[in-house]
Amino acid sequence: MEFKDYYKVLGVERTANEDDIKKAYRRLARKHHPDVNKAADAQARMQEINEANEVLGDKEKRAAYDQVGQGARGGQPFNPPPGWDSGFEFSGGPGGFGGSESHSDFFEALFGAARRGGMNGRRPGGGAQAARGRDHHAKVVVPLEDSFHGATREITLHSPEMDASGQVALRERRLQVGIPKGIRAGQQIRLTGQGSPGLGGAPAGDLYLEVEFEPHPRWRVDGRDLYVTLKVAPWEAALGASVEVRTPDGQVEMNVPAGSQSGRKLRLRGRGIPGGTPGDLYVLLEVVLPPADDDKARAAYRKMAQDLAFDPRAS
Amino acid sequence: MNRPASSTTTATLSLGVCVSDDHALELQAFAVACGVDEAFVGQLVEEGLVQPAIATPTWRFGGEELGRVRRICRLQRDFGANLHSVAVMLDLLDENDRLRVRLLRAGERLP
Repeated sequence: MEFKDYYKVLGVERTANEDDIKKAYRRLARKHHPDVNKAADAQARMQEINEANEVLGDKEKRAAYDQVGQGARGGQPFNPPPGWDSGFEFSGGPGGFGGSESHSDFFEALFGAARRGGMNGRRPGGGAQAARGRDHHAKVVVPLEDSFHGATREITLHSPEMDASGQVALRERRLQVGIPKGIRAGQQIRLTGQGSPGLGGAPAGDLYLEVEFEPHPRWRVDGRDLYVTLKVAPWEAALGASVEVRTPDGQVEMNVPAGSQSGRKLRLRGRGIPGGTPGDLYVLLEVVLPPADDDKARAAYRKMAQDLAFDPRAS
Repeated sequence: MNRPASSTTTATLSLGVCVSDDHALELQAFAVACGVDEAFVGQLVEEGLVQPAIATPTWRFGGEELGRVRRICRLQRDFGANLHSVAVMLDLLDENDRLRVRLLRAGERLP
């Protein structure tokens, strides 16, 4: 396990006061919050920032962290000395609502037991009350095609759990999850009983998986509808043509009406994501000009210029 | 102390259901899934920040609403924002999403 330099994460001095820490946290949260920042690593970065704030923004935790961290630098191998926390009593961190936010191994080793004790309403050494297990939340990224045909995907989840002796263990679980046909990005798959185990005989919590589609090189997704760009030759657009369009369900034939221009949007009804109300597939036409790279092609363009008397800037 | 020990269980098949339509959640189950109390969900609906997917005969909520309430909680917690501020943030984020989708539909690749 590596030592985490929470001061460095927040970009503050070790002597920073509460106000400095709050300001630094707010500034970084605005920048890296995954609801605002679409970068792939925004969530991981925000977790790190939240974790640093959870420790440095809390007097008790900060004092404990400063004591174990004397002389340690970020990235160095680190093991907390046995019984390091005997002098501290944590009053259960902000922990918060969902409780699904994951923490680093480093945080879990230092504060994990106290945090979980607080969150489950179970004090170490106290009697266990019956309580339903917590719900877990995770994201699952699947190919768009899964929504057309249904699929089974294996996912791996990691969750810290306390064993009988009170030690924190990272438990790895592999789950085969059925991806229902017709599911859309932003929807959730509920797996009953796959959350945290219940206490005192109460039922386990559930696992909710938020679905996201992998970006697809061909189709763009908006809710139930798909968008695709289709390249057509000038004569196909001008004279009309019957063309093949690839859908996630296979090829379909589509008529390009005569007199189409680049950017024209054609709808293939019901060819979007399947369901009670299936989505549509929108085809955006892109007229592609043949290159004028030999005499024959140049002659054809010149003839068009003469015969058509066409001024694209006339209107 | 060593790195927390890892244990692995073999893959189990779990079919699961999509939280919508027939499997939309009643208020109580929805509040539990969001990690909030029912009164808070009521307040969000009253303020127009969340709408039940199915309004009659009783409120029922789908996965999109679940994601939205969790987002509201994140914004409240991470920015110390009150509900009025969260409402403005959600409006701006929604607008941003709509514009992103329009760009995407038009075939623009976003960074």
